[in-house]
Formats: sequence, structure tokens, C-alpha cells
Amino acid sequence: MTATTATTANRGRKRPRVSIAGIHIALFVYTMVALGPVLLIVMNSLKSRRAIFDSPFAFPTSETFSLKGYETVFDRAAFEKYFLNSIVITVVTVAAVILFGAMAAHALAEYNFTGNTMMGLYLAVGVMIPIRLGTVSILKLMVKLGLVNTHLSLILVYTAMGLPLAVFILSQFFRQVPQSLKDAARIDGAGEYRIFWLAMPLIRPGLAAVGVFTMLPVWNDLWFPLILAPGESTKTVTLGAQVFLGQFVSDWPSVLAALTLAMIPILILYLIFSRQMLRGIMSGAIK
Amino acid sequence: MTQTTVPKAVKTVTGGSAKRWRVPRHVIVFLAPAVIIYTAFMVYPLLDSLRLSLLSDEGVFVGLENIRELFPGGNLSNTFFNALGNNFMFFAFHFFVQNPMGLLIAVLLTQPGLRGQGIYRTLIFAPTLLSVVIVGFIWQLILSPLWGIIETPLLGKTATALPTLSLMSVWQYLGIPMMFFYATLVGIPEELLEAARVDGASGWKIFWKITFPLMLPMIGIISIITYIANLNAFDLIYSVQGALAGPEFSTDIMGTLFYRSFFGQQLQIGSTAVGATVATAMFVVILIGVLVYLFGFQRRVTTYEL
Repeated sequence: MTATTATTANRGRKRPRVSIAGIHIALFVYTMVALGPVLLIVMNSLKSRRAIFDSPFAFPTSETFSLKGYETVFDRAAFEKYFLNSIVITVVTVAAVILFGAMAAHALAEYNFTGNTMMGLYLAVGVMIPIRLGTVSILKLMVKLGLVNTHLSLILVYTAMGLPLAVFILSQFFRQVPQSLKDAARIDGAGEYRIFWLAMPLIRPGLAAVGVFTMLPVWNDLWFPLILAPGESTKTVTLGAQVFLGQFVSDWPSVLAALTLAMIPILILYLIFSRQMLRGIMSGAIK
Repeated sequence: MTQTTVPKAVKTVTGGSAKRWRVPRHVIVFLAPAVIIYTAFMVYPLLDSLRLSLLSDEGVFVGLENIRELFPGGNLSNTFFNALGNNFMFFAFHFFVQNPMGLLIAVLLTQPGLRGQGIYRTLIFAPTLLSVVIVGFIWQLILSPLWGIIETPLLGKTATALPTLSLMSVWQYLGIPMMFFYATLVGIPEELLEAARVDGASGWKIFWKITFPLMLPMIGIISIITYIANLNAFDLIYSVQGALAGPEFSTDIMGTLFYRSFFGQQLQIGSTAVGATVATAMFVVILIGVLVYLFGFQRRVTTYEL
């Protein structure tokens, strides 16, 4: 019995082992497809105009090395200001979505009040409907509120955009917080608000997932900055890059430099936090 | 003593004092910020857009007059159906290329005995993080005949522009289905696959008989997410081809049409009514997709508790 199991198991294991090399080749090829274009841009941003066109695939050498493009970018565009705008908008939005989303999710998961299901459905509908379809009215509303060309207009819209998914994901997480823990706290005299704050650290993976899901579309969005906050003082990196790239299309070194500048911070952050981010995405995905 | 162990929430709801206010105050406090922001900046604008599509630009009620313009015989009919067709083509590329490839890579990543899967996963997911604007320009440069890596102007020809843009988007977003499929695959108990392996089932058979049925609910979710995102796409076409979605509108999709009709283009002035009407049409198209998913797919597919 054990002998036969062992041989079949061996047979089963042998076949994949032969193809493991093949799998590595396939994955390596696709990894190159995914990263090649990015590397090509970064590499060429460090070269002189001539070298960019003469030998696009060559690494910069001491002869072809040039930072001319970067000089133009820093002279002509206020990228550091755009970055600051994007950071302010993204950070405030993520904080608001996490806090308000968690509060609502906790209420839906914890309390058995009239209209609980209806409220859950009402908030969940937004997962399926893109907020962009309401743009005509959003712009009218922002004009009326005097919020055009402010960070706040984008923060409010992005918070509304992020909340449905956040509530949906977080209520699944809140449901898993052991009831006994909350009841024990209640016996100790903790109020309902205190109980919420006690439950928060227990759903950290959920909060991470929501953070990632909220942050990416906000940071990378072009639509709403273009429509609600196109002014120089509120321009985000994405819009700033779009405008700059549009104006300098023919100035290849500058375009390559601007692209590199816009990519590098995100990619560095990603490489540092990729473990947490991917784990967050995965725990959000299975919910 | 027993009195104190009853959770407060249950007590307030069932208690006699809460007859007028069936919802306890702390529940209202918890819900209020989310509900207010969501209602004011998402639900209200969406409903108001639907309302605006029934009005003329002067605010006069015109009923379905605006909508009729989108259908054969109307002024916008050709533009609308061109954009809708292109948009479905854009979706088809994601549905038939991006999602199956994402699944394939996820399956490869979860093969037993594979090392370095974490590195592959991290690197393959990376393009997803870039802004669409950046991705658009990266490919615009690489595909530019000026640079000479590729000689034919793929983005400049009506026949190749839309497939090229679609594949650019596929390149960027492949990591998303990959991650979702990966998360599902990792959740399949190893004993289940091991049992099949011991029984002598081939890898191919295991995939189609065990893995794939277990993946179906996730495939459905990914498909509908892709559909909604694609019908809502705009950034890529706008940054690469501009609001006119050239050449000759061959890359015009719903998002670019919506933008043009609301903000105007070159000689044509934008219109609130037309913008709201296009948005309403997008809403209906997305809703049809969601309903097909909910009733045609989700109800029929078997979900297994693992």
C-alpha cells in the first residue's frame, strides 16, 4: 500500500520537475515583456539625444551619458509641486476612506438595526457603477460649492469613489472579529465607540487591502484632475506629466526624463512595500 | 448580572425606549460620514446626470429626445455606435488576451516546486502601478517610427491603432487578474490536488476537472470587473491619441466620446445635455453587462466552499 502510493507520488512529481525549467523560461520571458519597456525608458533617459536614436538598446556609457533631459524637466515644470499635490490628495483620501469606510462597515457588521441589509446594498451598488458617469453633475456641484481647482474637490470625489469597495471588504473582515472579544469589552464597561477602536487593529490586513485599492486609482487618475482641478496650483503628477509630455513630445530626452521621474517614486515604494501590498491585494481578492 | 451580558446593540433595538428611533445613535454616527459623502458626491450626481439627459441645455424637459439622437436616424448615431463597437473590441482584447494570460501565469506560478515565484509575481505586477498616462507615453515612444525600433506607425493607421492601444492596456493590467487568480489558486487545498495526482490524473486533467471549476466564480468576477473598467476607460486613449481619438475616430471609445460631448472639441461646443445623455447610455450598457453577469452567470455557476 505504502509502496504503491510512493511510486505513483514519485511519478506524479517527476513530470512537473521536467517542465519546471520550461515554466521558468515562460515566466522569465513574460517578466521581460512586463519590465522591458520600463527599463528601456529609464536607460535612455540617461543618454544624450544622439545616443537615444543611434542605439536605443545600449546602456549609457561615459560618452553617451547625459542629464540634459532632467535639466529641462526641472527648469520647465514644477514636478515637485505636482508630487506634493498628489501626495496630499492621496493621503487624505486614503485616510478618509479607511476611517469612514471602517466605521460604516463596523456598523453594518456589528449591529442588527432596521434597514441594515438595505443600507449594505445601497453602499455596495457603488462598487458596480463608475463614478465618472456622474461627472457632468459633479462639475456643476463643485462649481456651486466653489470648490473647482481645490484639493478638497478631488478628495471628496475620490472618497465617495473609494467608500463602496472599502465598506464591502471591511465588513467581511469585521464579521470575523470574535464576538466574545467585543462582549467581554462590553462587560468591562466599554462604550460602542471604544469597541470600534478595539476591533480596528484586528482587521489590519483588511485595512491594508483597502489602502492599496484606494491609493492606486487616485494617484493615477487623469479624468478628475483634468476636469475638476486643472489649475497650475492643484495639478497632480499624472495631469502634470500629461501636460508636460504633450508639450514636449518632440524633445525626447526631456520626455524620457519626465517619464522616469514619474515612474521611479512609485516603483521604489512598490519594491519596498510589495510584500505588504500584494498580501493586501490578495486578502481583498478572496473576500 | 445576566442583564449586563446582553450586548448593548441588541438591547437598544429590542428595548421599548427605542420605538421611535429604531436605529441607535452610535450606529448613525458610524454610518453618517460614509453615507453623506457617498450620497452627495456619487449617488446624487449619478441620478442628477440621468435627469439632465432628459433636459435640453436650456433646462427644458425634452423627454427621450436626447437619447433618440444616439440611435439610427439621430445626429450622433454613427459616432455613438462607432465608439460602442470600438469599446467592445477594446473589451474583447482584455477578455480574450489579458484574463486568460493572467490565469495562465497564475497557474504557472502555483506549480509545486517552483522557486522564485514571489519575485516573478512582484515584477509582473509592477506595470499595474504606473499611471495610464505614463504607460501611454512609454509605448508611444517605443512604437514611434522616429525611434526606429518598429518601422510601421502602428498607432497612426486606422486598422492597427485600436488593437495596439488595447494591447498596451492589456500589458499594463495583466497583473490584476494574475493576482486575483493567484489568490484563488493558493486557496485550493493541496490535498485535493494531491489526491488527484495520486490517482494518476495528468496535470492537464487536474486543471480542467478540479482547478478550473473552482476558479469559475473568480473568472466571473474578473470578467465583470474588466467589463466595467473597460467601458469606463478614457485616460489611455486621451493621452496617446487625444480627445479626438484618431486616426479618424478609429480609437474612439465611450469615455472619449463622453469627454468630447461634454467639453466640446475644436469647432463644436460642449453640451451638458449631450454629455449627460452619453453618460446615461454608458450607464445602461454597463448595467446590461452587470445584469448578464448576475443572472446569466453568477446564479448558475456552482461555488464550492473550501
